[in-house]
Amino acid sequence: MARFPLQPEHYRRSLTYIGAAVLVASVTLYLALPVAALFFRTTPELFFSSLSDPYVRSALYLSLATSVVSLCIVVLVGTPFAYAHSRYTYPGKIVVDTFIDLPLVLPPAVAGFALLVLYGRVGLIGKYLNMFGISLAFTTVAVIMAQIFVASPFYLRQAKSLFEQLDPAYEQTARTLGASPLRVFTTVTLPLTAGGLVSGAVMTFGRALGEFGATIMFAGNLPGVTQTMPLAVYGAMQGDFNIGITISILLVIISFAIMVAVRYLASRKVPHA
Amino acid sequence: MLEAELKKQLRDFSLELRIQVNCGKILALMGENGAGKSTVLNLLSGLLTPDTGSIRLNGRKLYDAASGISMPVESRRIGYVLQNSAAFPHLTAAGNIAYGMRAHHVPKARIPDLVNYWLDVMDIRSIAGVKASSLSGGQKQRVAIARALATGPDLLILDEPFTALDAESTAKVKRLLTAYVRDLRIPCIVVTHRITDIQDIGDTVCTLSRGGIVWQGRAGEIPDSAGNTEGSESRN
Repeated sequence: MARFPLQPEHYRRSLTYIGAAVLVASVTLYLALPVAALFFRTTPELFFSSLSDPYVRSALYLSLATSVVSLCIVVLVGTPFAYAHSRYTYPGKIVVDTFIDLPLVLPPAVAGFALLVLYGRVGLIGKYLNMFGISLAFTTVAVIMAQIFVASPFYLRQAKSLFEQLDPAYEQTARTLGASPLRVFTTVTLPLTAGGLVSGAVMTFGRALGEFGATIMFAGNLPGVTQTMPLAVYGAMQGDFNIGITISILLVIISFAIMVAVRYLASRKVPHA
Repeated sequence: MLEAELKKQLRDFSLELRIQVNCGKILALMGENGAGKSTVLNLLSGLLTPDTGSIRLNGRKLYDAASGISMPVESRRIGYVLQNSAAFPHLTAAGNIAYGMRAHHVPKARIPDLVNYWLDVMDIRSIAGVKASSLSGGQKQRVAIARALATGPDLLILDEPFTALDAESTAKVKRLLTAYVRDLRIPCIVVTHRITDIQDIGDTVCTLSRGGIVWQGRAGEIPDSAGNTEGSESRN
């Protein structure tokens, strides 16, 4: 090959390689540069000193707390739901499937507005709740409701497809060996789907943590009550720019960790038929 | 003794048959693909529910359409080895064998000894600690058979148990099965395509076609037309 470096065949091949390299590099740079820019705009000292800022602290605490609560609710309700949904056929199943997927394509602002129309002070259900002194909109509960609405499809879709893929022979065999349906679920179904379920949960947590549109519409932007990290970044645009950078970097780090976790967990396969 | 009268509408035909297996005897169930053999096993084990009929095992009613009795799968005490063995991939060979005993609430202290006993019987002691996901097809099959026998079932049903086994293991498992069934005096049903299996272990034979019994009799008396389905099956 080295003897005839300018032969047309080699020439064409190296052109292909160069073209591919440019393409890969430009796509990667397009995606990575804005993220990298965040790190260039601050210094480690500035970053760590603004970490202790009460504005950052309260947003971080609120974001983590609400996302953890959202995640727990999604997993606790979503796992049995997805199991039942994948095991039984019932009329209107396709409609249910569509509603599960809808939040993925629905603009989050619309989701938040819809929640407000339903649960707001004068909303369809909200006005009755209001008669009992219960007000949901613009509270921390509203933050959690918005996160669940927007983030749950990530877990539900994953859990549903895992349960559908699992070879029924495992569960059937466990039943014939004397295990009750609940025992089968906890000792066979869950362990065999655990990797995928956790990766779905991690994605859900990430989506809840990054929730902005639905939250600002339905819960507002009240520091310490409904101001999560993405809302705090938005708020910092009008105030302290450095604070915005610090919170953004925190979110980037968390997102990165989530993607690494998902990649690792997705590499563990579900045994199926 | 197992006495079953089963009727179930399937997609292409209606399964309708009556079978009887005495204690300590092995019934070989034969028939072409889609004849309803696996369906019969699923109906007996309770994984499927018949449209009508009855299943009695040693006088105990497992299913009776007339009186509305349908015992849940886990209470039927039927050892069922499914066609694709289904050794739990997340458990070790030993863990698989222990699974049924735990579900049957065998005292914890006794489980390790019993597991070791079955590992020795099946000649798989060396792989006791290996996760089933890394076992070969034949090893998984032996684990699955040991797991079913270890629960001490009242009825044993096996769906093509020898397909994944080599000649030596097949001979060994056949000896073990016949001894187990005779010693414990339980009825046993084996689905198989191979005439040699029937000659080796079968006491009686039923040949199914489109959900009905087309021939039944003693294992030594199979006519060529009823018995040899090997040729038509081996293509799959």
